[in-house]
Amino acid sequence: MQKAISKKIDHIVFRVLSPAILKKLSVVNIITPEIYDADGYPVEKGLMDPAMGVIDPGMKCKTCGSYMKSCLGHFGKISLAKPVVHILFVEYLKVFLNTFCKHCGRALVVHNKLKEIGDRTKTLRNENNLGNLFKNIKDLKTEKQCPYCNAEFKVVKLVKPTNFFEGDIQIWPNEIRERLEKIPDEDLVMLGLDPSGMRPEWMIVVDLAVPPITTRSSITLQSGERSEDDLTHKLSDIVRVNQRLLENINAGAPEIIVEDLWDLLQYHVTTFFNNKVAQIPPARHRTKRELKTLAQRLEGKEGRFRYNLAGKRVNFCARSVLSADPYIDIDEIGVPTRIAKHLTIPETVTDWNIKWLKKIIKSDVYPSANYVITPDGKRRRITVDTISAILEELDIGWVVERQLLEGDVIVFNRQPSLHRLSMMGHRVKILPGKTLRINPIVCLPYNADFDGDEMNLHLPQTEEARSEVDNLLLLKHQIITPRYGLSIIGNLEDNLLGVYYLTRDLLLNREDACQLISATGIVAKLPKPARKEKGEELWDGKQIFSLILPRDLNFEHQGKIMQKGKITKGSIKIKNGTLMEGIIDKVFIGPEGGLLIHKVFGDYGPDIAADFLNKCNLLGLAVSRKIAHTISFYDLDISEEQEKDIASILVTTEKESKLLLKKLDDGKIIALPGKTMKETFETEMLRILSIARSSVGELVEKNVKEASTLVNSARAGAGDKILNIALMSGFVGQQALRGERINFGYAGRTLPHFKKDDLSPESHGFIKSGYARGVQPTEFFFNAIVGRESYMDTAMRTPKSGYMQRRLINALQDLKIEYDHSIRDSGRRIIQFNFGGDNIDVSKSDGGSINVKD
Amino acid sequence: MLKTKDPLFSAKLPSKVSAEIKARKLSPDKQKKLIKYAEERYENMIMAPGEAIGIIAAQSLGEPGTQLTMRTFHFVGVAELNVTTGLPRIIEIVDARKTVKNKAMIIHLKSPYNKDKQFANKLAHRIKQIPLKEISDEFILDIANLTINIELNKNTIKTYGLKIAEIVASLEKQVKKSSVKQDGASIVIDPTDKDLRKVYKLKEKIKNIQIGGIKGIINTLAVKKNNEYIIQTYGTNLKDIFTVPEVDTTKTISNDLYETAAVLGIEAARQLIVNEIYKVLEEEGMPVDIRYLMLIADTMCKDGDLKGITRHGITKEKKSVLARASFEIPLKHLINASVVGEVDYLTSVVENIMINQPIPIGTGLPALIVKVKSKQNVSPASKSKTLKDKSRPRASPISKSKTLKDKSRPRASPISKSKTLKDKKNKKK
Repeated sequence: MQKAISKKIDHIVFRVLSPAILKKLSVVNIITPEIYDADGYPVEKGLMDPAMGVIDPGMKCKTCGSYMKSCLGHFGKISLAKPVVHILFVEYLKVFLNTFCKHCGRALVVHNKLKEIGDRTKTLRNENNLGNLFKNIKDLKTEKQCPYCNAEFKVVKLVKPTNFFEGDIQIWPNEIRERLEKIPDEDLVMLGLDPSGMRPEWMIVVDLAVPPITTRSSITLQSGERSEDDLTHKLSDIVRVNQRLLENINAGAPEIIVEDLWDLLQYHVTTFFNNKVAQIPPARHRTKRELKTLAQRLEGKEGRFRYNLAGKRVNFCARSVLSADPYIDIDEIGVPTRIAKHLTIPETVTDWNIKWLKKIIKSDVYPSANYVITPDGKRRRITVDTISAILEELDIGWVVERQLLEGDVIVFNRQPSLHRLSMMGHRVKILPGKTLRINPIVCLPYNADFDGDEMNLHLPQTEEARSEVDNLLLLKHQIITPRYGLSIIGNLEDNLLGVYYLTRDLLLNREDACQLISATGIVAKLPKPARKEKGEELWDGKQIFSLILPRDLNFEHQGKIMQKGKITKGSIKIKNGTLMEGIIDKVFIGPEGGLLIHKVFGDYGPDIAADFLNKCNLLGLAVSRKIAHTISFYDLDISEEQEKDIASILVTTEKESKLLLKKLDDGKIIALPGKTMKETFETEMLRILSIARSSVGELVEKNVKEASTLVNSARAGAGDKILNIALMSGFVGQQALRGERINFGYAGRTLPHFKKDDLSPESHGFIKSGYARGVQPTEFFFNAIVGRESYMDTAMRTPKSGYMQRRLINALQDLKIEYDHSIRDSGRRIIQFNFGGDNIDVSKSDGGSINVKD
Repeated sequence: MLKTKDPLFSAKLPSKVSAEIKARKLSPDKQKKLIKYAEERYENMIMAPGEAIGIIAAQSLGEPGTQLTMRTFHFVGVAELNVTTGLPRIIEIVDARKTVKNKAMIIHLKSPYNKDKQFANKLAHRIKQIPLKEISDEFILDIANLTINIELNKNTIKTYGLKIAEIVASLEKQVKKSSVKQDGASIVIDPTDKDLRKVYKLKEKIKNIQIGGIKGIINTLAVKKNNEYIIQTYGTNLKDIFTVPEVDTTKTISNDLYETAAVLGIEAARQLIVNEIYKVLEEEGMPVDIRYLMLIADTMCKDGDLKGITRHGITKEKKSVLARASFEIPLKHLINASVVGEVDYLTSVVENIMINQPIPIGTGLPALIVKVKSKQNVSPASKSKTLKDKSRPRASPISKSKTLKDKSRPRASPISKSKTLKDKKNKKK
């Protein structure tokens, strides 16, 4: 049953634990270091005293009478024989000792400057900067003499970690306490402190709070042996030393023994709070493992804050391997029946759905229900035994936890969740198999592939949450990324290729045209045939593509057009939903900035845009199935003429580099400012060699075979780039390592194959061969060096950018747009008066601006 | 420019737009229509209140960060000075690091000089910091007389446009307790303190003495870019370069945030943050909307000085104790908070996640406050009504967090509000 939040935490106040509160809190005074007696029962007044809470099922708490889980536990205390310093407050203790008179306890401040302190405190409090409190009164302090009682003031030094000295005399914690007790409340108030929440003497531990058993529960090993928590171990050390100290004091032992034990007690209490204090050896377990004490429990990635408090775990979720299904809609997700059977959605029984719910409960095959929740909050499992009783009792107000159905909305996520598109809403589609399925088109925002990636699925459990998924989170609302205001998803690979071929120059007969239309799922009349050849009616591919466009779409943009059998630059024209001219390629329907997708989204909204993408996908796939698109070695062949051209590029490069080498030998190179001659030579050489690479790229691009499938996939944007073809059919070119030629290895040479001090291109990573013909062994080695560099780069980059993002998110997470459109942080401080100067939501804009041209 | 009869429109339109309207020869009617259409579109593009804009900005920079290169150099083969780029540069900026790897300046020249190649080269030589060792061939320690003989290189002196007399004068000023004499093409330094060790030390020291140019500028290069000659430098010194009369002070920039903030003010530093990050992203072909960079820069500069996005910078200033504790070094924050008696009003995101409450951002921001007359009789109808209203967030007019805050802390919010307002105004002045 849903319950409204009746109580809300409004604020949290941080205070120092006072001895008085501890006295009230504590239920037992621990005096025995033994934990269990011979029979295995906890010793009374021991560290496992059952008064401090229960950790065994079935046991009753001695203090509050509740059972495990309902009893949160109760504090105990250890009365220390001698007070010790609280390690976490030592810095503050030092400041307090040096700010107040040891004699009368007044602040060491001249009378007439009291007001100034008050003012400063006020501004500090307003600035929320009280941490700098003591720094701010430093200059107002009177040195040497107390202005009230004229007592001499001596600086108290802190010898880390916990010893205080005044001159050469050590001040023991009990004396510190006495001094601090003298500080009057008014003086603390003047400093902006609240004496009801913090008195300086509380920073000396007299009674040590013993945390409840529930926070340090012991585990029973399989052998029946009990293994205690680290905190319990540490506490038992404290109790043991404390008892010994007490006995020695009572026996009137010599001072030196008492002081030694006192120091030992101080050590144990210190490590109880923090086991990673500098200058103190960390306390260890019997097995030499460092103990994890209070501070260690909180800190770090696995600490309480980041692991338990800021990181939540959920129910109603699933995780499985991801695989592709291009025939489901882009905002659908294929969920295996096995998963759907386990995941449930609560459905409140009403007049309108009781009949349906009863039918579902009755069913023993898939669309069924797993649990019912009665109005008094009891959860009952639906089994063969309970089903009839439940059906009879089921009434309005009950909640039925029904299984996941087709059409439900869920949230789908892939880690690392780097941006908001890593978590999007999808509609469920029940499919056989064991993997979760998505349309490959949506891989990009998730950065997913199908080489074993797993993804998570979450079920919104309330009406409110489902509504948010439906209206905000659903994939169709996320087509335009807020990063740069253009579409982030779009057609890839073979469906892109299909559309490219279709709109390029495909002519279809009636049969083919009808098949494409039906495969796409368009319900439309076949348009008039574009041409008639030899009595056969033929349709232009552009006509078929036009069918998936909205009827009144007008669009014009620079792109590629087909002219006289050649592809040239031109403008794509769509007039009233008909593609008049141009080839539709990656620029228009591809991912990361598909202009046509953006246009459709902007003018017709998310529903039409998603529909357009789906149809584009299906149409492209249908064309792809019709057209043979394979790659063979012949696609890499180049004409003899081209081969000659490439050879001549190599010759010129060699000539130029030899010239340069000779220049270097003759010392005729003019050094660039700030560079030696050798460095100048290197940059010049790199320039020559990179020119060689770019000119071969240009050459190949100029003279490509239009029929080559490689070229076509590059043109469509579906596969590699023309440059890749140059690398295969032409030559690979210079391999640059950290922006230089490869310049290391053996003394004076990169590989044993070369002469010493050879500065020629070949010996420093210039690859003269193409991949198609095959590279030389030395060239292969250079290629591998550069390949390795890029792997190293990736490995080092990931954690660096991850940390940067964590910091960015942490710093900016509480900025929001207020109702007056100003951007403020959680302290309501204004950061900007309006976002970006014009208040434009990038994800609703035209690539970051307003486009009014059409 | 425009033939529109309505003067309001023509006054408001940016020149670029009005120029295009003119070029297309639109009729006044069409112009009006166009403007109305633009207005409509703009209204549809306005940010929704409550949007978690900070997180979107952080993600927009962080997500492409995973794809940036780690390379620290510029272009291959081109005779240009290298500047840090890629992810390392962005991290440098976001951290607001005081010591950056490659400090650099781009110096623009005033109108007649920026077309003059020779002048640009000359100036480049003139402003470069010249240590003595660069213009000398040899430093000889004469053990017999305990003097230092410096053999100068005539050629380099010529290229830098120096005179030996100048060098002597400069050395006299900078080398204390010794006499400096010119001896042909060499300089003899005769220290008064005749101790071999000290003289040796002096010799080493003299090598790095600055003879000419501007301090801190390690290297310079005159380059032609966009039809004008500019000077790129390694090492920065904005303050001194601005005293050179031929330098166009309106265009010359340094890539050092702190220097820019000190010399040109915080607004310039803010713009530099935006420009530098944008430049890196543009180079890598990573489109990110500039508004997010502006937001990040504004956050870093909001107090009038530079604050990095680190535990010492912005995170330290957060109001909430728990938010600070959840980032780094939680212990310190908790102890400080307890001594001072801080109160966490749970106004931002992490705190509310920690205690399992809805966060006051986005759809969690608006809520309905219902006056309930008697505590017992909350009818199911009114309950469902509140639920309904919650799911339609933008419909409800009152922000709960706003009213709640105003009630619980009548003092805090108006003060902080007016204060920041004032600050901003002062800055603008």
